[in-house]
Amino acid sequence: MKHLIIGAGPSGVVAAEHIRKFDKSASITIIGDEPEAPYSRMAIPYHLIGNIKEEGTHLRHTAGHFDNLNIKIINDRVTKINSKNKSVELTSGGSESYDKLLIASGSRPVSPPIPGIGQPGVHSCWTLEDARAIAALAKPGAKVIQIGAGFIACIILEALARRDVELTVVEMEDRMVPRMMDSIAGNMIKDWCVHKKIDVFTNGQVSEIKKVDGDHTFKVSVKTPNGITELDADLVITATGVRPCTDFLEGSDLIIDDGIIVDKNMQTNVADIFAAGDVAQGKDFCTGEYTVQAIQPTAAEHGLIAAQNMVGAERAECGGTINMNVLDTMGLISCSFGLWQGVEGGESCQLVEKDKWRYLNLQFDGDVLIGATAIGHTQHVGVMRGLIQAEITLGPWKDKLLNNPLQLMSAYLACTQSAEIKS
Amino acid sequence: MSWTKKVLRINLTKGTCTPEPLNMEWVEQFLGQRGLATKYLTEEVPPTTDALSPENTMYMITGPLTGTMASTAGRYSVVTKSPLTGAVACSNSGGFFGNEMKCAGWDMIILEGKSPMPVYISINDDKAEILPADEIWGKSVWETDEWLHAKHQDPQLRIAAIGVPGEKGVLYAAIINDLHRAAGRSGVGTVMGSKNVKAIALRGSKGVTVNDPKAFFETTTAAKKILAENAVTGEGLPALGTQVLMNVINEMGAQPAHNYKDSVFAGASKISGEAMLEPRESDGKPNLTRNAGCFACTISCGRISTIDPQHFSIQNKDDLHHSYHANSGGLEYEAAWALGSDTGVDDLDALTYAQFVCNEQGLDPISLGSTIAAAMEMFEEGVITTKDTGGIELNFGNAKAMIECTELVAKAEGFGLELGQGSARFCAKHGRPELSMTVRGQEFPAYDPRGIQGMGLGYATSNRGACHLRGYTVASEVLGIPIKTDPLETEGKAGLQIAFQNATAVFDSVGICVFTSFAWSLEDVAPQLDAACEGDWTPERLGEIGERIWNLERLYNEAAGVGASADKLPPRMTTEPATTGPAAGKVSGLATMLPEYYAERGWSPEGGVTAETKTRLGL
Amino acid sequence: MQMSLVIDANKCTGCLQCEMACSYEGEGVFNPTKSRIKIFPFHEEGIFVPYTCTQCDEAWCMHACPVEAIVLNKTTGAKEIVNDLCVGCKVCTIACPFGTVNYNADSGKVIKCDLCGGDPECAKACPTDAITYQDANWTGYDKMKDYAAKAMPAK
Repeated sequence: MKHLIIGAGPSGVVAAEHIRKFDKSASITIIGDEPEAPYSRMAIPYHLIGNIKEEGTHLRHTAGHFDNLNIKIINDRVTKINSKNKSVELTSGGSESYDKLLIASGSRPVSPPIPGIGQPGVHSCWTLEDARAIAALAKPGAKVIQIGAGFIACIILEALARRDVELTVVEMEDRMVPRMMDSIAGNMIKDWCVHKKIDVFTNGQVSEIKKVDGDHTFKVSVKTPNGITELDADLVITATGVRPCTDFLEGSDLIIDDGIIVDKNMQTNVADIFAAGDVAQGKDFCTGEYTVQAIQPTAAEHGLIAAQNMVGAERAECGGTINMNVLDTMGLISCSFGLWQGVEGGESCQLVEKDKWRYLNLQFDGDVLIGATAIGHTQHVGVMRGLIQAEITLGPWKDKLLNNPLQLMSAYLACTQSAEIKS
Repeated sequence: MSWTKKVLRINLTKGTCTPEPLNMEWVEQFLGQRGLATKYLTEEVPPTTDALSPENTMYMITGPLTGTMASTAGRYSVVTKSPLTGAVACSNSGGFFGNEMKCAGWDMIILEGKSPMPVYISINDDKAEILPADEIWGKSVWETDEWLHAKHQDPQLRIAAIGVPGEKGVLYAAIINDLHRAAGRSGVGTVMGSKNVKAIALRGSKGVTVNDPKAFFETTTAAKKILAENAVTGEGLPALGTQVLMNVINEMGAQPAHNYKDSVFAGASKISGEAMLEPRESDGKPNLTRNAGCFACTISCGRISTIDPQHFSIQNKDDLHHSYHANSGGLEYEAAWALGSDTGVDDLDALTYAQFVCNEQGLDPISLGSTIAAAMEMFEEGVITTKDTGGIELNFGNAKAMIECTELVAKAEGFGLELGQGSARFCAKHGRPELSMTVRGQEFPAYDPRGIQGMGLGYATSNRGACHLRGYTVASEVLGIPIKTDPLETEGKAGLQIAFQNATAVFDSVGICVFTSFAWSLEDVAPQLDAACEGDWTPERLGEIGERIWNLERLYNEAAGVGASADKLPPRMTTEPATTGPAAGKVSGLATMLPEYYAERGWSPEGGVTAETKTRLGL
Repeated sequence: MQMSLVIDANKCTGCLQCEMACSYEGEGVFNPTKSRIKIFPFHEEGIFVPYTCTQCDEAWCMHACPVEAIVLNKTTGAKEIVNDLCVGCKVCTIACPFGTVNYNADSGKVIKCDLCGGDPECAKACPTDAITYQDANWTGYDKMKDYAAKAMPAK
């Protein structure tokens, strides 16, 4: 049996390792288009800060890990899938056949349609290669403009600030991290950044990046409701979101919406082709709908389920993954889970402590927790996932939580651990 | 090093919070907690100071072991000049407040002066603030605790607070921490209230380290084993709490009843530790839900109890705090005795309710119960009538009356205000001072000096007024620890009492619970201390420190006018023989024991600390 | 023989000896705020619940870690943080549905119970046997796993 995996990120690697666990003799090949050993993008900011070397970003650390598991890794890029004869074509000119194929090609940054976006000195922050380029340009005193204040934008802020650059963030929406934080949380994070001496323009749009002669490399035009501001810059970082890498699938029979549509077995509409991770549009636990989540835990979970089904030992099902994120914005830690926006008819509670940089918002449907947002809370935060995903009936503890959301851990224990404290 | 070497001095008059170094020279002489704070008091507060004036100062202090893993090492003491006794006050409490203070980086918190308006103190590690308390002034400890937790949104905040009695000058108001642990005696809560301080809310995240970890773990582990294997600390106290004593003391004829008219209480078994385990009719549950431990305590004598849901005390009371219908800190022996045996009330749930009230509002149940008992005797003799009591039929054994009095003192209203002055002042006011069972104005605890002779000498000489916790010779005279002595005999009791007083002064200064002394001697304490902090701590040196502390307290009391002249028992103890039980026919032999005591202390025959003794102890 | 921490809340007196033992083992200081095991008091119900990682088979934290900084100790069955590899991304703290992996801002890394390498200090410090370290086949462990199963449906 020959298993071929496109993508050397967490989803692809987890899948390869699990396939090996279930099938000692199968042939397993991973095709990755970056020259590095498989690494985690999650770790790049910590590399930029200088906490870890490049090797610290690697997914696996044991020498010869993939060789020992007899997993072959090819540095190449797939240009086309021929599902009829079960093979893929490669940029290098060759091809690889498969019995089972997993597409775990991940996602790549969206490039906003701004004049001047393509020139040197304007970078996204997605790959180790990007990180090297940013590190080279983000020298002390340099003026850096970051376009976008999403998840990735936020986690690299500290790395940039620690390099003593003068930092400006421009975000189109009315708050920071708009896709994982509600208005209060997104604005609290904005206030935090301002408090940390970062200029933040919300409701702002970069309209042009002009290369100029003089002390700084660029003049950047920022359009805000108050008019247009011209800013100097030596480095422009674009962090305006990512989208699934599906370009190479054009002309295939695969059904692609935002990402590749998979069923709960991570199987695509084409026989023997599976998809997992950022590229897959899988089932969302909370909504029941199929969406692209592009988060690490989902990538790992997808990889595991895909592997089980590719081996065919048992029909593993994904009951739906939960959308969740944890974010460290220059030391301010935030996280959100599930339907943090709430649902119609559901109750909610919130605790806002601006002076302490803390926020907690819980969303309920009936007496079940369905979503949560937290800032400044780092202890036992996982129980928010536990309560949501196990759909735990809170009973009398729901009212206690509405009254004081900080009793989350007590509610969790009361409802799961001990009959004595349930009432 | 388990000291933080830092003191937080809060001047309420000026509204300042100032850190200062701990006086480590005094640590060498007086150790910590009780001893060290008393040294600060004697240096900073003149003995003649009015206890309720801004010139009095209150010290909340930990010991060197507080906050470590040594068993019971969560203690702190409150030291000040007592408004009840005029003597030095030192009340010791467990719970989780002391260790939190240490974790926040403070060995001691000093409250001096008086705030112009009601305030509470918020301490979060290095950050200390004096904040307005208008919204909680007039509220109970439990309400204050809820309010502060909600305000600071921190479930792990540790709070010590006073209730209404502390605000309104009831002279035996307690400081309650962690809802039901009390720095209970001598009116330390009254002093806090006089300074317009409602509460102290603490949060510490720094932790505590020790000097020699390896030796520390070895010695503390060995010491914990001793506690676990001891019949009192390993079995009796965990199973029955301090209430393990109720039947024992009663059976030996030393359980005072009816304001010390009797030495045996017929209803003792109904309000005993054993009774707390009996399922009740209404809901099939026993009074006791479980035992609980203070910080680091491997004994865990604490009681968590409920009141019978059908009991009259909690019916039809709309404004009752919800905790009265749930679990809370249950009956301790002293409370069960004072509110029960001494008032003749044998209703377990009435006593549990009264205990809850004392916890909720911050009252010393011993002083409260004893004062009610004295009032009952006067009521039965016709000295006071329903005109005085506001209509309460204040007979012995009337549970409803006991509860009404407790509630009135808790609210500091009407007849409660009078009872709130304590038994000595109450009896004197009504012309019968001899009916007050007090020494230095503080009410007797639960051991009849006629049936346990050593305790009579202890009450008479106790530096904080009548007290069992200054020299608990019950251990020897009843339980045989460290050796059994005859409770009805006076011979040798002077030396025994001195040994207990000195050793207890050490236990009270280390940061551990005095209950460990049922199993530990100074030989067991010294190595734990030696491993935890710098210095050379031997049992001999600790013994000397204990004696030094005792004499320091005595000197302060002498100067305050409550020295030797106050070393006496009420005439009932020395002239009215016990009528029932094994001690029948006996009176206290104080007159015999006291001269021996003075001599063995190295004091003058008149009871004054001599120059030689002062020199010998470096005072 | 696989051993596991078995917790019996009914025996817990809330003394925090376990928290101190744990914080000392992990951080070299007696400091309950730094403990991997936590006691949750339920005052009105009169019960104390000790709570820490059950080293669950699903190992959500381990699978969610992007840099293999959580590994299985094959001898003890513990999922251990490799401090040198942990970058502090905190994904494990949201992935663990039991809330037993926590971020430690002082170190910039996460902390969780590692069974002290097979000799858990909390169990040794517990004076009432509310926390014991026992053969995993002991029935109490099944009970605990039932709790876990109830709390988190199998994949």
